[in-house]
Amino acid sequence: MSSESKRKPVHKPKIGVFKFASCDGCQLSLLDAEDELLGVAAAVDIAYFPEASRAMLKGPYDIGLVEGSITTHHDAQRIQEVRRQCKALITIGACATAGGIQALRNWKDVDEFVRIVYATPQYINTLKLSTPIAEHVPVDFELRGCPINKYQLIELITATLAGRKPNIPSYSVCIECKRKGNVCIAVAGGIACLGPVTQAGCGALCPSYDRGCYGCYGPMETPNTESLTSQFRILGQSDAQVSRAFRGFNAWAWQFRKASEECERT
Amino acid sequence: MSGRGGRTIRVDTLARVEGEGALYIKMAGERVSDVKLKIYEPPRFFEALLRGRHFSEAPDITARICGICPIAYQMSAVHAMERALGIRVDPAVRLLRRLFYCGEWMESHTLHVYMLHAPDFLGYQDVIALAGDHRAVVEKALRLKKIGNRIVQLLGGREIHPISAAVGGFYKMPTKQQLRDLVDDLEWALEASLGTVRWTAGLQFPHFEQDYEFVALRHAEEYPFNEGRLVSNRGLDIDPAEYEDHFVELQVKHSNALHSMMRGRGSYLVGPLARFNLNFDKLPEVARKAAVDVGLRPPVRNIFRSIVVRAVELVFACAEALRAIHEYEPPATPRVEAPNRRAVGQAITEAPRGILYHRYALDENGLIVTAKIVPPTSQNQKRIEDDLREYAAQLVAWPIEEATWKCEQAVRSYDPCISCATHFLKVVVEREDN
Repeated sequence: MSSESKRKPVHKPKIGVFKFASCDGCQLSLLDAEDELLGVAAAVDIAYFPEASRAMLKGPYDIGLVEGSITTHHDAQRIQEVRRQCKALITIGACATAGGIQALRNWKDVDEFVRIVYATPQYINTLKLSTPIAEHVPVDFELRGCPINKYQLIELITATLAGRKPNIPSYSVCIECKRKGNVCIAVAGGIACLGPVTQAGCGALCPSYDRGCYGCYGPMETPNTESLTSQFRILGQSDAQVSRAFRGFNAWAWQFRKASEECERT
Repeated sequence: MSGRGGRTIRVDTLARVEGEGALYIKMAGERVSDVKLKIYEPPRFFEALLRGRHFSEAPDITARICGICPIAYQMSAVHAMERALGIRVDPAVRLLRRLFYCGEWMESHTLHVYMLHAPDFLGYQDVIALAGDHRAVVEKALRLKKIGNRIVQLLGGREIHPISAAVGGFYKMPTKQQLRDLVDDLEWALEASLGTVRWTAGLQFPHFEQDYEFVALRHAEEYPFNEGRLVSNRGLDIDPAEYEDHFVELQVKHSNALHSMMRGRGSYLVGPLARFNLNFDKLPEVARKAAVDVGLRPPVRNIFRSIVVRAVELVFACAEALRAIHEYEPPATPRVEAPNRRAVGQAITEAPRGILYHRYALDENGLIVTAKIVPPTSQNQKRIEDDLREYAAQLVAWPIEEATWKCEQAVRSYDPCISCATHFLKVVVEREDN
């Protein structure tokens, strides 16, 4: 490839990284891929990535990676422009795919939230809801996680450029635990664990560290949240505790949302 | 733009910082008439959404304030809760927390030194361009960063938003062998850090000495991470619980942002320079010698030299990590169980960018009633503007593109983390129509 590129300039796919309301952690995953970073940079043109570069090239982009949720009027407009500029739009992380932890405002009076944090509330321009990108524009792929798994990100970029389906499973954390040979902390240890309803991707981290999964990767495909809720109750969890468990970093994902709201109703 | 003789330095999107900010400097002739570091990062209301959550959730939730320094949030949260609940942790837990922080400092400082800040000194847009001409330097940096991340990964499960830190200890402790496996890498990292000190010391620094009030933790025996009194070079010496008696957040008309200030005193500086100047005697010999060998002695008053101080702190973090690994004996239990009770607790720890204050009030069920978080970048924000006012005045004769880049470099010297600061900063919705 390098000898070819010496002969004539090859069109390298352009990637843009766009941030909305978030912690920057998911885009940092790209810089945290220490072994792959220079390889990725050789294969693609990282054309817009303000966290890493002051050179900001204009679109259109072959791939847009979008981090963060929509929480302001301005951002609701900006995502429309980002969508127009990106051939493939990929959302990365729980904020972009489910609204993030900041979606806890969605059950509260946001004006009160503003007053709690800010002395002069009138300066704050914010929407009542924190919403995922897909509620605003069509999304080509949603990569889960709080934070995302950097190897999944590289697989996703590679697959998108190759025009194939990315190998990213949608089964539960339980499968990862079984593969690692973990003893089930929920069954054997009586620990409340969201693993049975949470999508894999982290490598069953929390159960491997003797604690219950807290749902970073959001709901798995067709999760049985009702069954898990009754299991949590058997373990002695109160309705408030079960509700809080579902109301984490993927609280606004509809399956978790429904589960937490059902706890509040009982 | 703004009329005869006036010009504006304008950076709509500040690059190589965490989060979203903009910079505007207006100059009228020889004079700097206005400086605004604007934050347009949307607020996420962490202090509000923590209300009603259990104290045990605070380390996980507050980590999400910042993907670059999640451990800092976890450490300030667990210490504040432990102070509230009257818990004393096992000495092995204390040691591992220092090791955990070493990993974060290594990862964060290496990221900043090589990937965010060095390109400014050498005239590159980013680290990828830097790698084009200096591949070996960048490869070394990536390996150093990875070793920091390896520590975090071992103790916390993953680099970003680790999952093992808990009020009272850790969910799971590593074995001695697992820690010993890090030693070879850390010995390499120590050498690489010493090389980083020499390399950064060889960069060109603008002449820009300022008279700062430096604020950092100070501990009787150690270079500070998690404990100590809060001190300054102008006589401040308080317990972290007294923080709010001495520091206040004020709204400033021109910037629409709350600025953290010392009551009756004004702006102050937190971060590597402050730590180094106030705790030079607590650095291990190897780090102190590395600093002195390149002519770096306290007080360092040039913010551009913070890149060298970060490198010295890298040396410290490697040496301290090795010490912690050698001393580690696994405790009987990974953590002390904490009872629910009505209480208030505050803590300050040293995030890579400076002091991070947390305060929580809990109810009888252990649920958070109020939370207050003051991140380092919001504390430095006023100081950044003060610096720019002085610094831009030196650049009035420069071509605008170069002056702009130099001002960006000055801001990046602080390693600002705007994602962090936005819990508290006013969001600016204002047009610059000059």
